[in-house]
Amino acid sequence: MENKIALVTGASRGIGQAIALKLGQLGARVVGTATTGSGVAVINQYLEKAGIQGIGVILNVNDAEQINHTIQIIREKFGEVEILVNNAGITRDNLLVRMKDEEWDEIIETDLKSVFRLSRAVLRAMMKARYGRIINISSVVGAMGNTGQANYAAAKAGIFGFSKSLAREVGSRNITVNCVAPGFIDTDMTRSLADEFQQNLIQHVPLGRLGRPEEVASAVAFLASSAAGYVTGTILHVNGGMYMD
Amino acid sequence: MENIEQRIKKIVAEQLGVNEAEVKNESSFVNDLGADSLDTVELVMALEEEFECEIPDEQAEKINTVQEAIDYVTANTSAG
Repeated sequence: MENKIALVTGASRGIGQAIALKLGQLGARVVGTATTGSGVAVINQYLEKAGIQGIGVILNVNDAEQINHTIQIIREKFGEVEILVNNAGITRDNLLVRMKDEEWDEIIETDLKSVFRLSRAVLRAMMKARYGRIINISSVVGAMGNTGQANYAAAKAGIFGFSKSLAREVGSRNITVNCVAPGFIDTDMTRSLADEFQQNLIQHVPLGRLGRPEEVASAVAFLASSAAGYVTGTILHVNGGMYMD
Repeated sequence: MENIEQRIKKIVAEQLGVNEAEVKNESSFVNDLGADSLDTVELVMALEEEFECEIPDEQAEKINTVQEAIDYVTANTSAG
């Protein structure tokens, strides 16, 4: 993906960071987003250290204005986004009987609506270029469900339907839209889970361990590459076998 | 400088991959020129670019033929 312009949201750490690095190592110019200035600094640092051409940009994916601004910055600095990786996401776990409207809304807004908004923001240029790769990071939870994560599961399952619909809409323009659905990956998000819960999880993973962010990044890199030119509307599960479609 | 009609016909032919001779004033993008819904959106995008204007969605929906595009551009842009 020599010189292709990739936008990765939520790139300051975890899976997003691994994706940004992987795409960069494969030759893409990478714009990573973070919600804070310190996150942006982290992105700039690791990109520079890896010798990758790219920048960190501050972006709250819930803010439509900021999305437009980010696209504008990328346009001025590099050109039009050719690879979009919607990775940014949060959790607000609670049992449904206790779940507050805000906990529901915040997840739908941040984890699902942002995917719609960012995809829409890059689509015109991709249609015109007759080329584009949109890769949405969903979750095994979107396919399996999970206690305490009805909001997160709904958003992540929503991403599947969104991606399949968009894949149909823009396939004729040589734009592919796919999902990567990570299982339990060793990141800050899963490290916040109780040890006992983690051990219990691993028992249900045939490969017997948590996944590494780099293993998710490899799946994203495949879908972003020319090798995946005939793959669209699909879900690539990276979960150690804990869920088999 | 070509007139609006010629410019529009050229864009239509280019966007929809048809011969310019096939593009008549009364041609419907969908029924006569084989456009699908995404083609019509792209066509409006191309018109916006060519004539440096923004065509609101509710107006764009009413542009279904070459003549309707000519009328819109004539009435709403400085080119007209």
